[in-house]
Amino acid sequence: MQLSAGDTSWVLLCTALVFVMAPGLALFYGGLVRAKSSLNMMMMTFIAVGIVGVLWALFGFSISFGDSGNGFFGGFDSLGLGELLNQLAVNGGKYPIPALAFAMFQLMFAIITVALISGSIADRAKFSSWAVFVAAWVTLVYFPVAHWVFDFGGDQLGGPGAGWLANRGILDFAGGTVVEINSGASGLALALIIGRRVGWPKSPMKPHNLPLVLLGAGLLWFGWLGFNAGSSLGANQLAATALTNTVLAGCGGLLSWLFVERIRDGHATSLGAASGVVAGLVAITPACGFIAPWAAVVLGLIAGAACAFTVGLKFRLGFDDSLDVFGVHLVGGVIGCLALGFVATTIANPAGKNGVLYGGGWSVLGTQTLGVVTVLAYSFTVTLVIGWVINKVMGFRVDEEAEVTGIDLDQHLETAYDFSAAGGGALGQRTARATHTEVGS
Amino acid sequence: MKLITAIIKPFKLDDVKEALEAVGVQGMTVSEASGFGRQKGHTEVYRGAEYTVDLVPKVRLEVIVDDADVDAVIDAIVAAAQTGRIGDGKVWAIPVETIVRVRTGERGVDAI
Repeated sequence: MQLSAGDTSWVLLCTALVFVMAPGLALFYGGLVRAKSSLNMMMMTFIAVGIVGVLWALFGFSISFGDSGNGFFGGFDSLGLGELLNQLAVNGGKYPIPALAFAMFQLMFAIITVALISGSIADRAKFSSWAVFVAAWVTLVYFPVAHWVFDFGGDQLGGPGAGWLANRGILDFAGGTVVEINSGASGLALALIIGRRVGWPKSPMKPHNLPLVLLGAGLLWFGWLGFNAGSSLGANQLAATALTNTVLAGCGGLLSWLFVERIRDGHATSLGAASGVVAGLVAITPACGFIAPWAAVVLGLIAGAACAFTVGLKFRLGFDDSLDVFGVHLVGGVIGCLALGFVATTIANPAGKNGVLYGGGWSVLGTQTLGVVTVLAYSFTVTLVIGWVINKVMGFRVDEEAEVTGIDLDQHLETAYDFSAAGGGALGQRTARATHTEVGS
Repeated sequence: MKLITAIIKPFKLDDVKEALEAVGVQGMTVSEASGFGRQKGHTEVYRGAEYTVDLVPKVRLEVIVDDADVDAVIDAIVAAAQTGRIGDGKVWAIPVETIVRVRTGERGVDAI
């Protein structure tokens, strides 16, 4: 098979697009927290980029896409990525793109998934503990789950190395289970382990910078086009279908979230617009390559409205999932995965299936439900254990005084903003710090 | 000498400034402030969760004047800042013991 320049360009471009979702998410999350913790919030995403990138090269790709033959864990046959040099990508068939392009495209998914979890523990997690969590979580949760769903076997479909859910024919085009349900369930588990912020829910913890949130949402949407349309792994009809559905679902989510707000609260808010876009995009992630455009609009509308309601659940149930990783990503992911049982159609994708509305019967919904339940249960349980162990061994939270004063200062010795008219230097002074000798010695 | 402090609605600052210039006040210090009196605050909604913001943005304006000018200045401020609605603010005066102009070292009324 010859390398295709068109397909390769597309996948490389989409890899870059998905990468932009990381800084996009940092801005989105960074604007949502209080000013005193915005740097820490953004750093939680940036450290994830560094850690997951290195682990992916070392063994992450191998665990996700290696061929151990058991369906649960990919094995250690392509450690270090060196064997991928100058090879074509294989994943249930050969693709005319470099294996490394496929590996880097998939890396970006791992990064964004673990970064999403950080939103549920905003303002209060020790940076070192978060770093340990990132490494443990991608190793024990993301890499295996990616193998279950995304590994279609070696150079033939359903080959010996395929994941067990992929073998059962689960429909998940770009990660409704692997990315959205996985991060959502884990976020909920971690929020339960680490506990509420000091003062929550009584003290006001409103977003400190909504323009950052809107910029972040815009970058997420932009990157999501590559996330979803790149998952076709080629510049083809399927990529256009996925891209179309991604645009439309974002629009639907935006409109329905704002509609709910206008009716329920009286005002359409900018945060509602940003949240609605994300809710729509979450729901379309598993479905974008299997459904018709009309269904993408409906799915976006349903997800936007549903998530606008579920984000309020945390106040009734009393868990501080600070930035609604559960309310948006888990709920939206479940909606998208299950919707395929109804609206999937082989007209959109001959390699897909027909849902109930297209005469396919209920078996598709059954497989989707199996995937949703197993991924949800696995990631929730394992995250509880990882979080519990880290909390016992090294402590997961900063102390109360540091949290109230501001985690940026405590964990990074920085502050995000200096708006004083006198300027940064006038109220303090630069202290010579050429050596590390004790002050006053 | 008296220090006159006025807490007013931010959108009235220009009117008050002009009124003060008209009665001969030549300098003032203005800062953004927040607080509440009978007006109380408002409610903001983020992702469906309500946040009561009870500190309302205000402008705090300070001028130092000669004893003879106190009533005229206070009257000018009140006339310019008044809307008749709740939240118009407060004006008060307190005695000032001494005042020095930093540039010249002048003291007392000369430094105003």
